[in-house]
Amino acid sequence: MTIDRTIASDDAANTPVAGSATKARMVGGIPVAWQRTAFFIAVVIAIALPFLVKNFTIFQLTTVMIYAIAILGLNLLTGYNGQFSLGHSTFIAIGAYTTAILMEFAGLSFYGTLPIAATICFAFGFLFGLPALRLESIYLALATFALAVATPQVLKLSPFEHWTGGVQGLLVFKPEAPFGLPLNSDQWMYFVTLAIGLGLAVCAVNLVNSRSGRAIKAIRDNPIAARAMGINISLYKTTTFGISAAYAGIAGSLSAVVVQFVAPDSFTFVLAIGLFVGLVVGGVGSITGALFGGLFLVFVPNIAEEVSKGLAGAVYGVILLLVIYLMPAGAVGLIRTAAMKLATRRR
Amino acid sequence: MSIRSYVSLSALVLGMAFATGPASAQQYDTGATDTSIKIGNINPYSGPASAYGTIGKTIAAYFDKINAEGGINGRTIEFISYDDGYSPPKAVEQARKLVESDEVLLIFQSLGTPSNSAIHKYMNVKKVPQLFVATGATKWGDPQNFPWTMGWQPNYQSEGRIYANYILTNHPDAKIGVLYQNDDYGKDLLQGLKDGLGDKTSMIVSEVPYETSDPTIDSQIIKLKDSDADVLVNIATPKFAAQAIRKVAELDWKPVHIVNNVSQSVGGVLRPAGLENANGVLSTGYLKDPTDPQWKDDAAYKEWEAFMDEHYPDGDKSSSFTVYGLAVAQTLEQVLNQAGDNLTRENIMKQAASLDNLQLGMALPGVIINTSENDFFPFEQMQMMKFNGERWEMFGPVISGEVGG
Repeated sequence: MTIDRTIASDDAANTPVAGSATKARMVGGIPVAWQRTAFFIAVVIAIALPFLVKNFTIFQLTTVMIYAIAILGLNLLTGYNGQFSLGHSTFIAIGAYTTAILMEFAGLSFYGTLPIAATICFAFGFLFGLPALRLESIYLALATFALAVATPQVLKLSPFEHWTGGVQGLLVFKPEAPFGLPLNSDQWMYFVTLAIGLGLAVCAVNLVNSRSGRAIKAIRDNPIAARAMGINISLYKTTTFGISAAYAGIAGSLSAVVVQFVAPDSFTFVLAIGLFVGLVVGGVGSITGALFGGLFLVFVPNIAEEVSKGLAGAVYGVILLLVIYLMPAGAVGLIRTAAMKLATRRR
Repeated sequence: MSIRSYVSLSALVLGMAFATGPASAQQYDTGATDTSIKIGNINPYSGPASAYGTIGKTIAAYFDKINAEGGINGRTIEFISYDDGYSPPKAVEQARKLVESDEVLLIFQSLGTPSNSAIHKYMNVKKVPQLFVATGATKWGDPQNFPWTMGWQPNYQSEGRIYANYILTNHPDAKIGVLYQNDDYGKDLLQGLKDGLGDKTSMIVSEVPYETSDPTIDSQIIKLKDSDADVLVNIATPKFAAQAIRKVAELDWKPVHIVNNVSQSVGGVLRPAGLENANGVLSTGYLKDPTDPQWKDDAAYKEWEAFMDEHYPDGDKSSSFTVYGLAVAQTLEQVLNQAGDNLTRENIMKQAASLDNLQLGMALPGVIINTSENDFFPFEQMQMMKFNGERWEMFGPVISGEVGG
């Protein structure tokens, strides 16, 4: 089962813990049964939550999942392929505007715009991946950062104003639950996002653990050796960029309908940096980490604000420092270490 | 079925009895009780527009003062202010938090055109007042389509009309050149100017836009000079307004130069442009400038100073944002006073739409607030002022630039 590998994903391959010492099947040093239980508990909680909390909290949780999808995309690029991007806010913007414009001017339903947004973002990411091939690590980070800085201004340009609504942005309608389901629109969008997020997570796990996934990781670890093995580096790098952009585009598309509004100021470089923070906090090179990254992005600024309004930025910084100091491998790293310790002790 | 309709009918009758009952009957919507009123607010305490955070802090300090003095009609004000970092999606999150989780009676002074646009529809669907928003866009005064939203400061179209009025009165044969920022704010103001000129729109001989991404606006100014204009209306944000003032002086061009209200800061615009270059420039104001020595002995100014010393000692007393915050908080105080014990959301909007000749202490004398059910623009008057090389001097009458009903 693919989900088994989610928690252990990256080091699944290099931990052949077999037979004699332990009877339980282990992946990544943690019994599979534990992982399976944790996953099912998580799914049950995720399905039950929208019926237990206020609409506002449902909205926040939906936002968490949307961030998680974008972080997941960034993780495929940065965590698995070793390409930096500080420009993913651009792809979120493209996804969001694609959905908003198609719904407003072409009368498409939201569900119809989703694959179009993903495709456009994939194409855009793939094309941006071509020049990015020439840039290594920090230079690529800077180039993508330029993209993030330029995006809000480009969206405000008057030639596109008829379509983008300029500074005013566009209002978007939130779809109601179909087939007379007894759900309000917040609950419905929560489940839509949950389903899409789970689907994308499964895709990501399968990709990472496939032959292509190993090639992607090989490029990150040692490009020369990868080339010697016959891996087409440029094709893999640009494709990964495209897939990553498509994930961000889907997140953008979802955010457009959940927030019900798109405007240039929603997609500043602050968002791009935020995704990077979420990536590191959740755990680089971990699929489940994206969820923790999303939780951090939505809730920690609110906590910081509770502590002190005037020093909210400073409090946020301190929390971020503590998190990085105490969990150098991200939230998932911490959980993994804890679970492994427990598992060893029980043996 | 008949029982149900009977029940709903009697509920209706009961409701009508309440609605038509005496004004002293206590009626509350979510967020108001016998002892407190919950007011929500969204302000950019962090992010690119964090300078505006001062406004939120001043309002909070003012409600502290009111509470210390016994509250409004015996109720304490619970002021809940959240940070949105000037990001529209965050503004939606915070607005929903205020309405659905904190259960406030109304949202007051949410700041910024993008953030307010993002929550505009939500607030009106929820029927929660989005009162006295902190943006000058004209779209906030649309009671037919958005009866739960109201602006406060003079909107850009009113300002444009006031310039038109001034030009028609004082320079009836003028040839007008307009420099404007090519976005909703610039176009809004230009629209007001044209509406104010009415059938004399042909007085505008040249309209030259610039983009915020332009490094300088020198070529725009040269173009305006070549059009033979003798009145220059400068609809630009601080950086560009300063460039324009400097370039006009460099070209030795001497038009009647009107700079719009957003760029009237002496420290931020006129000093960088060169005070000698800015000598004689015109603009409009509606609030008292705290750095202007003519208010030194003014009673309202002294009251403001005492308030700042006692309740907001960290605040910057040379910043117009603290004056703004105080004035807008006083406007809400007036609305809540008028509402009395009938603290329903509907009555709040009704009272906000029936402000009658309200003269705020820190507004310029004669600049008054008037609203009605068709007029959701509280401030529509401003006074012309002239820069004398050191500070602004008010002159002439208070001019009205009414847009609505």
